[in-house]
Amino acid sequence: MATREVIASGNELAAKAAADSGCKFFGGYPITPSSEIMHEMSNLMPEHGGVCIQMEDEIGGVAAAIGASMSGVRSMTATSGPGISLKAENLGLAQMVEAPLVVVNVMRGGPSTGLPTRVSQGDVRQAKNPSHGDYRSITLCAGNLAECYTETVRAFNLADRFMQPVFVLLDETIGHMYGKAVIPTAEATKAGIKPRKEFTGDPSEYEPYGVAYDEPAVLNPMFKGYRYHFTGLHHNSTGFPTEEIETCRKLIQRLEDKVMMHTDELELNEEFMCDDLEANDVLIIAYGSVSLAAKEAIKHLRKEGIKAGLFRPITLWPSPAKRIKELTDKVKNVLCVELNIRQYTEEVERVSCRLDIEGLYKVNGRAISPYEIVAKVKEVF
Amino acid sequence: MAFNYDNYLRVDKMPTLWCWGCGDGVILKSYIRAIDSLGWKKDDICLVSGIGCSGRFSSYVDCNTVHTTHGRTIAFATGIKLANPDKHVVCVAGDGDALAIGGNHTIHGCRRNIDITFILVNNFIYGLTNSQTSPTTPQGFWTVSQQAGNIDPTFNACNLAIAAGASFVGRETVTEPKKLEKLIAKGLAHKGFSFIEVLSNCHINLGRKNKMNSAMENLDWIDSITVSKTKYDKMSEEERINLLPTGVLHEDKNAVEYCEMYEQVKLVHQGKRKTITQDDFAKKI
Repeated sequence: MATREVIASGNELAAKAAADSGCKFFGGYPITPSSEIMHEMSNLMPEHGGVCIQMEDEIGGVAAAIGASMSGVRSMTATSGPGISLKAENLGLAQMVEAPLVVVNVMRGGPSTGLPTRVSQGDVRQAKNPSHGDYRSITLCAGNLAECYTETVRAFNLADRFMQPVFVLLDETIGHMYGKAVIPTAEATKAGIKPRKEFTGDPSEYEPYGVAYDEPAVLNPMFKGYRYHFTGLHHNSTGFPTEEIETCRKLIQRLEDKVMMHTDELELNEEFMCDDLEANDVLIIAYGSVSLAAKEAIKHLRKEGIKAGLFRPITLWPSPAKRIKELTDKVKNVLCVELNIRQYTEEVERVSCRLDIEGLYKVNGRAISPYEIVAKVKEVF
Repeated sequence: MAFNYDNYLRVDKMPTLWCWGCGDGVILKSYIRAIDSLGWKKDDICLVSGIGCSGRFSSYVDCNTVHTTHGRTIAFATGIKLANPDKHVVCVAGDGDALAIGGNHTIHGCRRNIDITFILVNNFIYGLTNSQTSPTTPQGFWTVSQQAGNIDPTFNACNLAIAAGASFVGRETVTEPKKLEKLIAKGLAHKGFSFIEVLSNCHINLGRKNKMNSAMENLDWIDSITVSKTKYDKMSEEERINLLPTGVLHEDKNAVEYCEMYEQVKLVHQGKRKTITQDDFAKKI
């Protein structure tokens, strides 16, 4: 793939990725530390013939973005944890009507107003289930500057493939990090766009939700002769409200299965110095900006004769359950490092069937340094 | 030839779930006739509704339809309109939807003056959820959430819309379907945010709990609290108390429409014009 070198912040790269991915609508509201995404989009969208609107609140921002998506255009919103809390209901609507959307969350300290300008990974659990009801969230997490671009691009393609919101989690450190990144050229990104499916038959035979048990809805753009109905109510194959027992069950089961039957299309991990790990070595599990510190720590540990490696999930949800199980079956000493309290550790415990996973957690708004990780490894293993 | 309503309806979704005698049916009828009078194609229209009885409006109209979350019609419609500025976008929402939970979107939709027609179905109560107080429930009325009598002051929705900047504001009642049809047609044709309040009956969940036991009694009450703007304008301040004027209450054909202004934003960022300044607007503050 053709690449280019750019100097930018993580937030700017997420916006650039959106524009290159053919995004034509951004609805947002100011919130630290994600505002720079909206600032960039306010320039990029009109330049590319799209629209960026600052709405009256977070709810309006996501609603406008979902509305644009329903009409057929690629659409995005960006915010931080408090904004996701406000957007949650409409994110549930997007899940129910199967409207694709990219939602970038630049995480800051929480709960509530928390630490607006400081780093956290406190929204990992929230990203899994931001609103009520059953559905499977797809959540990607950038671990370096280049991934702010590439994961946003991937999010747009996955949103159209699975027809639902896709979260891109950045954290304040990555979002505000400014530096050199090697990213695909705009042309390469454009060439990789996989647009959502469209029905091309007779409108009288169009059933947007009449799809196989593990497939997403096929939602044609508005204003093109296929007049149908979106509703957050349980609906039948034509999109109209129903309380018919079997139809209701099938709909919600499909929201589950359309993701969980195709996790192979979603999974993306990085394994750093894991190849030579043996039973008594150390496996560190970390994601986002923390993985940068973990990599440094692993280099230090290896210099001191402690063989350690990093497993970094890039798709956080659904979790790479099989790979985590394989690695945690093989390596005895497992340390999860997170800027929250056990939010992903609990998933590692679940999929590994182990309750002896060690953890290093920090929730004071400050980054974890490589030395803290080195010290923790020496302390617990 | 008889008017063909079926052409604009999803007949297979009928009957509606509205109660017998509900004003929503009259509004649906007037809306369809208004669309027909303008000759708009069904494919070119998107109708967005909220939550509540009026929220089901979108199920029955044959066009691109969206049934959204509670109170958010205008926000969804704003995204749809901005992404498709050459298409027609209409919102239908109730008094609880538009003035309580969605109040913020309502005032900002008016302020932006985006070319959306907003039909507020005001039946003075939360009907679908069985008679809770809404922002338009008259003080002293019985509601299930204020059984000693409602003490909450009311909104005058049209005054709110005018103050917030809507460039077309009108009010009509379901007892005047022909006038309602004409008002909706005017609102639809207006370039800018059109706010149309329709006073409607809910004899089931407002009326019979407030000494109006039938649809007719509820409608008589609506007639008793309304007067045409022409008459209203001639009245003294004292005579106007407890009366709501009907008809076109405010119209500004020169107000700048939001999508048109956004086209200028595109031109700026595409290097085709200089940045937008105060000189582009008559209104400076």
